[in-house]
Amino acid sequence: MVTALDTPTPVRRVRIPRAGIAAALVVLAVVAIAALAPGLLTGVDPNHADLGATLRPPDWDHWFGTDQNGRDLFARVAHGAGASVLIGLGATGLALLGGIVIGTLAAQTGRWGDEIISRLLDVVLAVPGLLLVFLVAAVMGASGFTATIGLAVGTVPGFARVVRAEVLRVRASTYVEAAHGLGHPGPRVVLVHVVPNAVGPVFALATVSLGAMIVASSSLSFVGLGPKPPTAEWGAMLAAGRDLASVAWWPTVFPGVAITLTVLAVTVLGQHLQARFERRTV
Amino acid sequence: MSPLVRVRDLVVAFGGRPAVRGVSFDVERGQVVALVGESGSGKSVTARSLLGLCGRGAVVEADELAFDGLDLRSLGERQWRGLRGRRVGLVAQDALGSLDPLRRVGAEVAEPLREHRIVDRVRPEVLRLLADAGVPEPEVRERQWSHQLSGGLRQRALIATALAARPELLIADEPTTALDATVQKQVLGLLRAKAAAGTALLLISHDLAVVADLADYVHVMKDGAVVEHGVPADVLTNPRHPYTRALLNAVPTAERRGRGLSGTIPALDQPDRRVPGRELITVTDVVKRYRVRGRPPITAAAGVSFTVRAGETLGIVGESGSGKSTVGRMLLGLVAPDSGAVEFDGVPWSARAGAERRAARRRIQMIYQDPLASFDPRYTGRQIVTEANPDPERVAELLRLVGLAESQVDRPARELSGGQRQRLAIARALAADPAVIVCDEPVSALDVSIQAQVLDVLVDAQRRLGVAYVFISHDLGVVHHIADRVLVMRDGAVVESGSATAVLAEPRHQYTKDLVAAVPGTVLRQAQSVLKPG
Amino acid sequence: MTSLAIKSEPRRVSPAAVRVLRVVAVRLLGAVGVLVGAATATFFLIQAMPGSTTDVLLARTQASPAVRAQVIAEYRLDDSLFTQFFAYLGKLATGDFGTSFVLRRPVWDAIGTQLPRTLELVAATLVLTVVASVVLAVIGAGRRRWARSLFSGVEGLIVAVPPFWLGLVLLGVFSFSLHWFPAIGSSDFSGLVLPAIALAAHPVAVVTRVLREGLLRTLDEPFVLAARARGISEVALRARHVLRHAALPVTSLLGWITGSLIGGAVIIEIVFSRQGVGRLLLSAVQNKDMPLVIGVVLLAATVFVVVNALVDAAAWLLDPRTREH
Repeated sequence: MVTALDTPTPVRRVRIPRAGIAAALVVLAVVAIAALAPGLLTGVDPNHADLGATLRPPDWDHWFGTDQNGRDLFARVAHGAGASVLIGLGATGLALLGGIVIGTLAAQTGRWGDEIISRLLDVVLAVPGLLLVFLVAAVMGASGFTATIGLAVGTVPGFARVVRAEVLRVRASTYVEAAHGLGHPGPRVVLVHVVPNAVGPVFALATVSLGAMIVASSSLSFVGLGPKPPTAEWGAMLAAGRDLASVAWWPTVFPGVAITLTVLAVTVLGQHLQARFERRTV
Repeated sequence: MSPLVRVRDLVVAFGGRPAVRGVSFDVERGQVVALVGESGSGKSVTARSLLGLCGRGAVVEADELAFDGLDLRSLGERQWRGLRGRRVGLVAQDALGSLDPLRRVGAEVAEPLREHRIVDRVRPEVLRLLADAGVPEPEVRERQWSHQLSGGLRQRALIATALAARPELLIADEPTTALDATVQKQVLGLLRAKAAAGTALLLISHDLAVVADLADYVHVMKDGAVVEHGVPADVLTNPRHPYTRALLNAVPTAERRGRGLSGTIPALDQPDRRVPGRELITVTDVVKRYRVRGRPPITAAAGVSFTVRAGETLGIVGESGSGKSTVGRMLLGLVAPDSGAVEFDGVPWSARAGAERRAARRRIQMIYQDPLASFDPRYTGRQIVTEANPDPERVAELLRLVGLAESQVDRPARELSGGQRQRLAIARALAADPAVIVCDEPVSALDVSIQAQVLDVLVDAQRRLGVAYVFISHDLGVVHHIADRVLVMRDGAVVESGSATAVLAEPRHQYTKDLVAAVPGTVLRQAQSVLKPG
Repeated sequence: MTSLAIKSEPRRVSPAAVRVLRVVAVRLLGAVGVLVGAATATFFLIQAMPGSTTDVLLARTQASPAVRAQVIAEYRLDDSLFTQFFAYLGKLATGDFGTSFVLRRPVWDAIGTQLPRTLELVAATLVLTVVASVVLAVIGAGRRRWARSLFSGVEGLIVAVPPFWLGLVLLGVFSFSLHWFPAIGSSDFSGLVLPAIALAAHPVAVVTRVLREGLLRTLDEPFVLAARARGISEVALRARHVLRHAALPVTSLLGWITGSLIGGAVIIEIVFSRQGVGRLLLSAVQNKDMPLVIGVVLLAATVFVVVNALVDAAAWLLDPRTREH
């Protein structure tokens, strides 16, 4: 199970064809509409139970079929985008913020500050990804909120390390030395040269890890540590579908396809951004 | 008897694009033949065609491509393997990268011995080969990894691997690039001895001076074709092709002081009217030591004193580890001396702080060996110069001065060629209106014709703007060409100083004498002194 | 080869061996430090939870006064925070993770009965990962561009598929439709196949890609040209030179694989309704059974940290260039 925390440095040299990027953008646009205004995609209430139409296979009325309560799965998948993507986005955003602040602090506070922060990060890193979320859920109770916090906490050390290394690298670079040599004041050099060049790779990494976050958050919902029912959420829908797997294939297929497509699109875009960034620096 | 190597009308193409277009040459047994040219001239690919290792996607065609009467055009992979190492040895470019970093040096030397079953007892032969290549303490070195060897030892070990299976032909691709002059001299001596003992040598080099000293026969290559060939003394004294002529003129040496190297700036052939001004920098008895845990401290400066005057060029020469770069960084106030003082405009760096220090920093600029690393990767050429001086007219003026076209400066700097990048770095340095520019090996990574252009730009800018240079280089020829006065450094100490002509033409200190003697190009200098300018 | 062994010297401990031991010792010491830190963090986590520490440790179960008194005595809960802290660390250091009052048995005991099933799954997955990655990387490192694009595309797709969903799909196809494998809860070997595949998918995709790119990158290195110029065969080239270089970045992935298997096993066990530590942990989390949760988390952290320390030392051993300091 890849969580953003554990994701190794994404592999380079992936050239993504233009069509792939276009497809990724289309997928993300649809997901964004579903997350922000699912009403535009479907007029059906995701929680409306039609007991006369339970477990219907996909047809013209119900594109993705219905579940055991007769709820329309297309509407539920569309409405489920919000919760699934929100946890991933929220956790990535929090982790990015924390990573930038802590990483910059470690790089700027001298030897002792760096040592203390790095050892603290080691302690957090010692707990493998999802187990940290389990710990947070045990302490704070299971919910979408705790899932977000848990994933973010687990990912902060990874980001912080990258930020720290980048700040140190850029600060020691010849172009920063040259900028100082032009007589510009220190804070100006930091703002104009160090920050933009140090933060770039972290944002690229964040886009790639966003995909892993979405996978992780759906896993958590699947085992019941995410948003509470009857909220439509892709992982939770799959958990419900699991119990029906011996009689109906559609409840376990469509939410999974939705997750996979979303993650794929995010990853493709992330790798594209990363490749672009690397071309710029090499 | 047919020659050992016979090549007629060799064409090597990659994906339809020819890298070598119709090259012909012979190598006789025991002869040293050189292919000389700048990057992209196709010299390496030409040599590798004799090993069947031109690289992925290479299409090799020739009227004749023969080794000792064996037609190489029709060899199968198995036959090639019998040839490689056993009959043709390769000393590839980049000795550090050419020895497998995960294997011991001894294992690398043993590989061709085992592959071709040369001897029954491998280890004594490995030790003999290492000793034969001039590697001291072969029993120790054999057990080490390549990163533990110095540059010169690595090159010797690599030569030992190439000679292990006793090939009849040795191909040496830039065998002395990146080596200090004294080490270079030793390695060239080793190659010369091998050639004298009967191994034919195909030497590939960008360095006319090296080639002229070593080769029996020279082929000058440009854009995949041989433009001129002959005996070195002939080719160098009586070049028929304009490219050879330009290349010879581009080599900076004492003989070409006070003249343009590239022929692109006519003003340089006018008399030099510079007059050295007041003292700008005074360095008094500076000492700097670096301590690394578990090792003896490194002395980068052991009581160095000198001055820099306005409008002059001070050359600092020395081999790697001599402390010349540290001294350069102390001039900029980037490194503080342990003791002693570096005064700029009469005030030591230690006494300057805040806005005053920043203002002073602007007046001493720096040009680096790798200009690209000194540019913010997000910036275009124009932005880089504008950061030093916001006045767009001044920026345009300086870009013209260094010879950069308008169309080149609005793109990211990484899209520029090596020479253009260094021009941009010069423009940025000048844009800060400095009194002094410290140039740390500014032309070491450039081809000789590009190096000539950049040196010309530096000389031209000094004559127009009166800026002083501190020119740090390992290359005595370059320093002799550009510097008014010279410091010779060794192990952090100045061993000799004085006017460039005096120190480099008539060195008094033994170390300087060794350095000067190690510079290749006796033949070339003789040729240049009789060569007509232009 | 025999000629290399001719030189006979009196046997003595070489300084290299001492240095190796020192490096391993330093890494392990660092690992212990991190684990003490992690244990400290769990102590403060318990303190920070609402309600009295006694209630937290009892997982809010209705306990008799005698049991309460026993817990208070065991953890020195009526003493100063300072004493409590060292009592807590002392218990953990001796391997005493306390008692789960939900399950009414010692934490070690509860974990111990479930651990073999989880280890079984992890071991099967590791074997699958190593075999599949090496085979796929060597096949995929061909020269043709379309084949390489195909491989990297499939790898990208696999990493986007949530492992638990892959598990569900495998269940649906191979158990419910084709009936090749038992659906749920089976404890024999055939019950191990689908969970191991679902769990191995991500590591296989990532390791394959890293290994393949390592192979391709190494083939561009100058020493490969030098080795070919000595007349060695392509097989010898790969065996003696290229594979070792390609494997280097994979060693640094081993730590990541361990972490992802530990976390992933929990989820996969639930998908396949397998017995194991994962299900134990999930129910402990739902019951807020803190001694058990902390026991599992610290155990996982120990495995993870020790593996990372060993991997670190191994990387140091494999690459002579890193051995200088």
